[in-house]
Amino acid sequence: MKRLRRYVDRIKPHFQKGGKFEKLHSTFDAFETFLFVPNHVTEKGAHVRDTMDMKRTMIIVVLATLPALLVGCWNTGYQHFLAVGEPYGETVNMWDAFWYGFLRVFPIIVVSYVVGLSIEFGFAQWRGHEVNEGFLVTGILIPLVMPVDVPLWMVALATAFAVVIGKEVFGGTGMNILNPALTARAFLFFAYPAWMSGDKVWISGLSEGAGTVDVFSGATVLGQAAAGVEKFSNGLGLEYGPMQMFLGNIPGSIGETSTLAILLGALLLIYTGVGSWKIILSVFAGGAAMAGLLNLVGSGTNQLFNIPFWQHLMLGGFAFGAVFMATDPVSAAQTEKGKWIYGFLIGVLAILIRVLNPAYPEGVMLAILFMNVFAPLIDHYVIQANIRRRLRRWEMRAQ
Amino acid sequence: MSKVIRLKRGLDIPLAGQAEKILTQAEMPELFALQPPDFPGLTPRLSVKVNDRVQAGSPLFYDKYRPEIRFTSPVSGTVVAVNRGDRRRILEVVVEYDGEMKYEIYAKGDPTRMSREEIVQNLLKSGLFPLIRQRPYGIVASPEDVPRDIFISAFDTAPLAPDMDFVIQDGKEDFQTGIQALRKLTSGEVHLGLHTELTFSPVFKEAENVKTHLFSGPHPSGNVGIQIHHIAPVNRGEKVWTVNPQDVLLIGRLFSKGLLDARRIVALTGSEVLKPRYYRTMVGASVKKLLENNLTGEGIRVISGNVLTGRRISREGFLGFYDSQITVIPEGNYHEFLGWAMPRLDKFSASRAFFSWLMPNRKFRLDTNLHGGKRSFVMTGEYEKVLPMDIYPVPLLKSILIGDIDKMEQLGIYEVVEEDLALCEFVCTSKTDVQSILREGIQVMIKELGS
Repeated sequence: MKRLRRYVDRIKPHFQKGGKFEKLHSTFDAFETFLFVPNHVTEKGAHVRDTMDMKRTMIIVVLATLPALLVGCWNTGYQHFLAVGEPYGETVNMWDAFWYGFLRVFPIIVVSYVVGLSIEFGFAQWRGHEVNEGFLVTGILIPLVMPVDVPLWMVALATAFAVVIGKEVFGGTGMNILNPALTARAFLFFAYPAWMSGDKVWISGLSEGAGTVDVFSGATVLGQAAAGVEKFSNGLGLEYGPMQMFLGNIPGSIGETSTLAILLGALLLIYTGVGSWKIILSVFAGGAAMAGLLNLVGSGTNQLFNIPFWQHLMLGGFAFGAVFMATDPVSAAQTEKGKWIYGFLIGVLAILIRVLNPAYPEGVMLAILFMNVFAPLIDHYVIQANIRRRLRRWEMRAQ
Repeated sequence: MSKVIRLKRGLDIPLAGQAEKILTQAEMPELFALQPPDFPGLTPRLSVKVNDRVQAGSPLFYDKYRPEIRFTSPVSGTVVAVNRGDRRRILEVVVEYDGEMKYEIYAKGDPTRMSREEIVQNLLKSGLFPLIRQRPYGIVASPEDVPRDIFISAFDTAPLAPDMDFVIQDGKEDFQTGIQALRKLTSGEVHLGLHTELTFSPVFKEAENVKTHLFSGPHPSGNVGIQIHHIAPVNRGEKVWTVNPQDVLLIGRLFSKGLLDARRIVALTGSEVLKPRYYRTMVGASVKKLLENNLTGEGIRVISGNVLTGRRISREGFLGFYDSQITVIPEGNYHEFLGWAMPRLDKFSASRAFFSWLMPNRKFRLDTNLHGGKRSFVMTGEYEKVLPMDIYPVPLLKSILIGDIDKMEQLGIYEVVEEDLALCEFVCTSKTDVQSILREGIQVMIKELGS
């Protein structure tokens, strides 16, 4: 470690002003601060500072996604083996499933990070900034909301779009209006709709038409509900009940199927204070309220009306969106009161879109992006109320 | 006494190095200094030259724009240096004590029998007037103003802050005399903020002619700005004055003795002090002798004041005009390997992303490391957790950054000074310089709208 520090100190002059790699200053700085917390001391203001910094914050979010990622890897393999007719528990076991899934998911993660970080480093260099840590989180969230059979070039394209158009054009981390990871997802959803819906992309191997069992259906629960199916199953007699929805052994995007794993991540976020519990709770509350209302209305033709409200919260990307996407502090409402409103409306809109417009069963993505745009407006009114209180106080005194 | 004002939001930073309640007479230092940087926004004009003889109470410099406001020598002796910084800005006017205290003489007597004008003149001439600060802006008050109210916080909740009960114990009469003088200066009340678990001294509890208010809760409940906000907030166009409790004693002694008696009890604190305890010394005293043979070693930072708002001074530096505390902490100029991933059991954080919350009674030896790089605003809700005021700090800071005076006013810049937002700066994940941004905003307000 000391030796490493000495080495870093030795090569550092080359990357500083006047050095031969001056152009790579931001890149060097990013790696140096990754290895070592800088030796900067406080120059003005408070002489001591909290140990919390942006790197630690982002790493905690990445840690929080791990349960969803691990379950996602396993589920990828599990679904695949079901589809190709290899009996799980007999010829393949948990580790086979996990390993298969890992091999499919890992390249997506690599592509997301390599493309995203390259662009981030480039922008930091160009602007002469330090490299921001925001992409550490975006880079893992993007793979988790992808269907496993998405082509890698699409992941690359979507990531590039999200980083450049979703974030850097606004000035980088902290300045963006939309959640970058969701921007990537939305980009693919609208640019390549055939790849982002249907009943093939969710199961690894199906798109290539690998020898599937005849009656197998890879459609997601939401897809089936939108198609009017009453009993959700994979066509092989395996029904998707609440337990499957909770544990996550159903088809879906890589990281979003297991509500249990997502809740584990939510616990970490809430416990460390990195994610806002107000937002998470209010998204679920809003979703439950809206779904409950639609349950009461009911419908003979639209099966989505009849899914019990509590199951709605476990389906599709709802839980994942509530925990990992809605809580992005930059694109969410920033006032504490605003967070309640913001979250609740996300929940309401997500279910509303999902149920009433079955063309977009993945309503949560659109709901969050929509509320991202409205978050500054919510904040504006919350702050305006504060301003009015102060003004009223002044007027009372002036009388 | 009215109901308790319970403040929930805030943070007590568990620093090591609390001063023991032992009061020691510090050896009389040779050098004393008044430091213009203690007075934000002040443009000083010198009244003396090097080698001039002065008495305790003789002016050393005055405010260029309000020449009646004088800053006077705490001791008698010779002016030995005028130390200047960038652009010849005056940093210190240093006086060498001549070994025998000779005082300028001022009017003496019961302030209740004196007119407001006599009291103001006495304070101005003796150089004690600058002890009175004005809100908004936290600058030296203007003698021609009649403040709506005067506020005194009888307790200090800052990290390792001196116990005001202990510091004030022998000052009952002087405190009361000081209150009587202040009472005459305002058209409203003299408000005294007490803490349910920190204030027991009869000096405060039995103080007369004041309106007392009871507070509870962590830092910054002891900040007078927070107390004003909850008692009677400062509105546009209003002015209130604030005085530190020890400084009320100085004012009291001016009227009982008719001279400038600048003695002050100071808490010497911090993890790098071998014997953290209380010392009797004086305003502007050199800290050199206090620190000699009393520090753990090299690589330390000496601060006049507390770790949140204090000013960095050298080992031979001088006690600040408003300070009752010296803090010495380790410098943090080291590299920490893979800091973002390590458990970091020895580090303190207000968040639960570290393990410090597992050890609620542990005291930490915090250093001056910034613990990370500066970033844009990303996290939200952090500042609000440590600011018990109905103010949105981030929008306020942003309005300052874009120079929007209307917004600054609307968002409450009249109600805060640096110390009130110091904890926001401490907890900030993005390492934003909250206090200096706020001061810039205040300077803009003064420049555009006048003080």
